[in-house]
Amino acid sequence: MSQPTFTLDDLQRILLEGSGAPEGGGLEGDALDTEFSDIGYDSLALLETASRIEREYGITLDESVIGDATTPRAFIGAVGDHLAVSAA
Amino acid sequence: MTASVVVTGLGITAPNGLGTKDYWSATRVGKSGIGPLTRFDATLYPAKLAGEIDGFTPAEHLPSRLLPQTDRVTRLSLVAADWALADAGVSPADLPAFDMGVITASSAGGFEFSQNELRSLWSKGGEYVSAYQSFAWFYAVNTGQISIRNGMKGPSGVVVTDDAGGLDAVAQARRQIRKGTSLVVAGAVDALLCSWGWVGLHTSGRLSTVNEPGLAYLPFDDRAAGHVAGEGGALLILESADSARARGARVYGEIAGYAATFDGREPGLRKAVELALADADMAPSDVDVVFADAAAERELDRIEAEALVDVFGHRGVPVTAPKTMTGRLYAGSAALDLATAFLSMAEGLIPPTVHTEPADRYGLDLVGAQARTAEIRTALVLARGHGGFNSAMVLRS
Repeated sequence: MSQPTFTLDDLQRILLEGSGAPEGGGLEGDALDTEFSDIGYDSLALLETASRIEREYGITLDESVIGDATTPRAFIGAVGDHLAVSAA
Repeated sequence: MTASVVVTGLGITAPNGLGTKDYWSATRVGKSGIGPLTRFDATLYPAKLAGEIDGFTPAEHLPSRLLPQTDRVTRLSLVAADWALADAGVSPADLPAFDMGVITASSAGGFEFSQNELRSLWSKGGEYVSAYQSFAWFYAVNTGQISIRNGMKGPSGVVVTDDAGGLDAVAQARRQIRKGTSLVVAGAVDALLCSWGWVGLHTSGRLSTVNEPGLAYLPFDDRAAGHVAGEGGALLILESADSARARGARVYGEIAGYAATFDGREPGLRKAVELALADADMAPSDVDVVFADAAAERELDRIEAEALVDVFGHRGVPVTAPKTMTGRLYAGSAALDLATAFLSMAEGLIPPTVHTEPADRYGLDLVGAQARTAEIRTALVLARGHGGFNSAMVLRS
């Protein structure tokens, strides 16, 4: 069975569903290394996003993910690590 | 030394008109927004009529980032605030953040949002509850979201005194301006026309169960049998008269007097009227029109009519209740009455009280189904909240 992946597209989709698009474009373009707060997503948006990821992928994310993964690249990486652990 | 505080902007969301222009053109001719409740299936509830706001599409007015985190009441509030600021010719981004505050009143917070999240909780589990439930339900949420959207970091808060709140919030804004804040967004919007909110409203025992829109809400009428609930309200831009003058702002009028009382052994409404007039340094004969609380419940109508006759004399002042066209909007009603009073002054027209045939025994000069032309320089707005709150506010053109 192939391991599920979590990509920028997935993050974008789930952020939009749960928290909408900020004025100014959100995750469009090369925002991979931009701080979420600069993109227009606060900690509550990340909490909502984490909750939706947990439901969709059947995983439990460490609470530290929201505090530590402050950019899309870090967030995608952290979710990927959890998926790898749960698939192992 | 107390500085004069004036109103320079209005933002209105009402069942009979969205935006000041639509609202006033409907209100001045007695067009009602009361009809069958359509937001959910209300056929099994005792009360089946409401003042619903039609044609409000939040996505046309607000960024999508705000939609998943807001109840309908907050969306209406944000849009009313935007309209009020635009009406005042104010760009918040150009002003110092700590010179601007937000003070609203709320009767219920974000009820429909909460209903949906609680349904998720019991039907699917805690992991399905939105993170935004943490604040979207809260009484202070409208104040908070207006503050964030417009970068207003000055004195802010929320007042919860049921229908009296629409006046109490504006009074609190006046205090903050007198203490030095340049501008405050103040007023109230309420919206709880969801099934959970509807159950809550029924507990007051004051909802009319009459099914005919023209007969359901009849204040000061022998047929009075409670009120119809509606959604909406108004937000106002308050500034010191000096700062409004300095920036050349158009001024609707002044918040000239205010008082709040609480019912004790005697009803406190008359005292609120007297104290508000004293605060404005005015006599009863200075008042050109009264916007009544208009509970449409016999005992409450009697108390209000007696207070007005005691202070103004038998048929001593024109009295109106345009909320007969919107239903009672809880905290939103009195804020909307303030806005309506300023529009009345601007046009020289007292809006009608629709449907009611006032009982003679009340001794009121109630403006009936036809609007009345009049020079209006001073208006008195009354509001009572469930449990004993009485507030009175005097406006001067």
